[in-house]
Amino acid sequence: MSDAPLTKDPAESAPLAEDLVVLESVNKHFGALHVLQDINLTIKRGEVVVVIGPSGSGKSTLCRAINRLETIDGGSITIDEKPLPEEGRELARLRADVGMVFQSFNLFAHKTVLQNVTLGPVKVRGISKEEAETKARALLDRVGVGNQADKYPAQLSGGQQQRVAIARALAMEPKVMLFDEPTSALDPEMINEVLEVMQQLAREGMTMVVVTHEMGFARSAANRVVFMADGRIVEEAEPHQFFDNPRSDRAKDFLSKILQH
Amino acid sequence: MFDFLDLEQYDLFGAFWTTVQLTVYSAIGSLIWGTLLAAMRVSPVPIMRAFGTAYVNLLRNTPLTLVIVACSQGLYFTMGVSMGASGSENIAFRLAVLGFIIYTSTFVCEALRSGINTVPVGQAEAARALGLSFSQVLRLVVLPQAFRAVVAPLANVLIALTKNTTVAATIGVAEAALLMRDMIEREAQLIPIAAVFAFGFIVLTLPTGLLLGWVSKRVAVKR
Ligand SMILES: Nc1ncnc2c1ncn2[C@@H]1O[C@H](COP(=O)(O)OP(=O)(O)OP(=O)(O)O)[C@@H](O)[C@H]1O
Ligand SMILES: [Mg+2]
Repeated sequence: MSDAPLTKDPAESAPLAEDLVVLESVNKHFGALHVLQDINLTIKRGEVVVVIGPSGSGKSTLCRAINRLETIDGGSITIDEKPLPEEGRELARLRADVGMVFQSFNLFAHKTVLQNVTLGPVKVRGISKEEAETKARALLDRVGVGNQADKYPAQLSGGQQQRVAIARALAMEPKVMLFDEPTSALDPEMINEVLEVMQQLAREGMTMVVVTHEMGFARSAANRVVFMADGRIVEEAEPHQFFDNPRSDRAKDFLSKILQH
Repeated sequence: MFDFLDLEQYDLFGAFWTTVQLTVYSAIGSLIWGTLLAAMRVSPVPIMRAFGTAYVNLLRNTPLTLVIVACSQGLYFTMGVSMGASGSENIAFRLAVLGFIIYTSTFVCEALRSGINTVPVGQAEAARALGLSFSQVLRLVVLPQAFRAVVAPLANVLIALTKNTTVAATIGVAEAALLMRDMIEREAQLIPIAAVFAFGFIVLTLPTGLLLGWVSKRVAVKR
C-alpha cells in the first residue's frame, strides 16, 4: 500500500466545516417495527462518524436510508444541501455522490476487478474507458490490490475483495462514504488490511459514516461515536469519552458486553 | 424400404429448412420479448409487474395450437393483419412465427426469472448505490449473470420450440410436419415415414442440446 492519497485534496474542492449530511426527525417502520425513531444527525464535511449499537438497533437501515436504498416514512435527509430525490435520474445522480461499502462486498461476480471499478465512472459519470481504467489502476494500487486487476472477485480473498469494493466506491469520487460493517465478514487476519485503508481515507479528510464494532478504529479515526439502540440515537460523544466514560446505562451495558472478549 | 423417399416429388430438405427458419426467427423473437417480460416482472413499476404476470400466466397455460390458430384466424382473417407479407404461404409463416414468439416468450421469461434469482441482491444494491439506473442495473449487472445461469434451461425451451413448430402445419405452413402428413396420406407407409421425420428432428435438436450444454458450463459465473 503506497502513501499516495486515495482521494483528491479535500481543501481544493470545498470549504470545510459545512454540514454535508443532515438527517432531521427521520422515521422509518418495517410493518409494525419502528426501526428509526426520530433520528437527528448532522455530519460535517471531513468528519468521521462511527455508528455503534446492538444488533437490530437500526444501524444498517440508517446507512441505507442515507442513499435511499431504504425509503423513509417521515423527516428529511439532505446531502450537500440537496434533499434526497424520490426516484429516477436525480436520485441516481445523488447516489453517485455517496459511496457505499457493504459487509458482504457485493462485487459484480461476472466482471473483473478492473471492470468492477470502471463500471460506475464509465456508465454513470460518462468518462472514457481509457481514463477510467487509468484511474482505476491507480486506485487499486493504492488499496494494495493493483496486481489483481484482471482477476475475478471469486479468485480474491475476502480482505482483497473488500478493498476492491472500497476502490469501486472511491472511483466515483464521492462526497461521503458509508461503510456498513465492512470487516464483519472477514477472517481476523484480514481485518487490519481493510481498516488500514479506511484509516488512510480518514486521514485524507474523507467524510465517512462507519458502522463498526472495531474499537481500535473508532478510537483512532473517528471524530464522533453515535450509539444507537432500539432505533434511537441514545448517545453521541467523542470516542474517548464514549468508550471510557459512557453516560447512558444502555451504552454501559452494551460496552461491557463487547469488551468482555 | 425407403423407396417412398422420392426427393423429386417431396421437398424434404425444403420442409426441414422451413422448420429451421420458423425455429430461428421464433427463438430470436422469444428471447427478446421474453427478456422484456422478465424485466417487467422484476420492475419497480406495479402496472408493468401486473402486466408481465398476467401475460405469462395467461399465455403459458393456453394450448399452443390455440395461440397459433388465434393468430391466423383472429389477426389475419378477422382483422386483416398480414405483417407486411403477401401470398398466403408467406402470411401463414409470419403469423406462425408471431404465435410462437407470443407463446415461447413466456417460458423464456420464467427461465430468466429463475436466473435473476441466482444473482445476489447485494450486487444489484451495490450497482444502484453507484448511481446506475434500474435499466442499467438490469442490463449491466443482473441479466448478464442471469443468462449465464440459465443457458441449460433455455436450451430446453429451444428444443421444445423446435418440436412445437410442427403446430404451424395447422395453419398451412409448409414445414416438416405438413409434408409428413402429406406423405403418409399418399404412401401408406406410416412407420418408415415417421422414422425419417423423427430422425430429422433429432438431427436438429440433439446438437443444439449438446452445444448449449457445453456453453452453459463455459459461461457459468464463479461465486
Ligand atoms: N427489509 C426488512 N424488512 C423487515 N424488517 C427488517 C428489514 N430490514 C431490517 N429489518 C429489521 O429492522 C431492524 C433493524 O435492522 P438493521 O439491519 O438496521 O439493524 P442493525 O443495527 O444493522 O443490526 P446488525 O448489527 O445485526 O446488522 C431489525 O429488527 C431487522 O430485523
Ligand atoms: Mg447491520
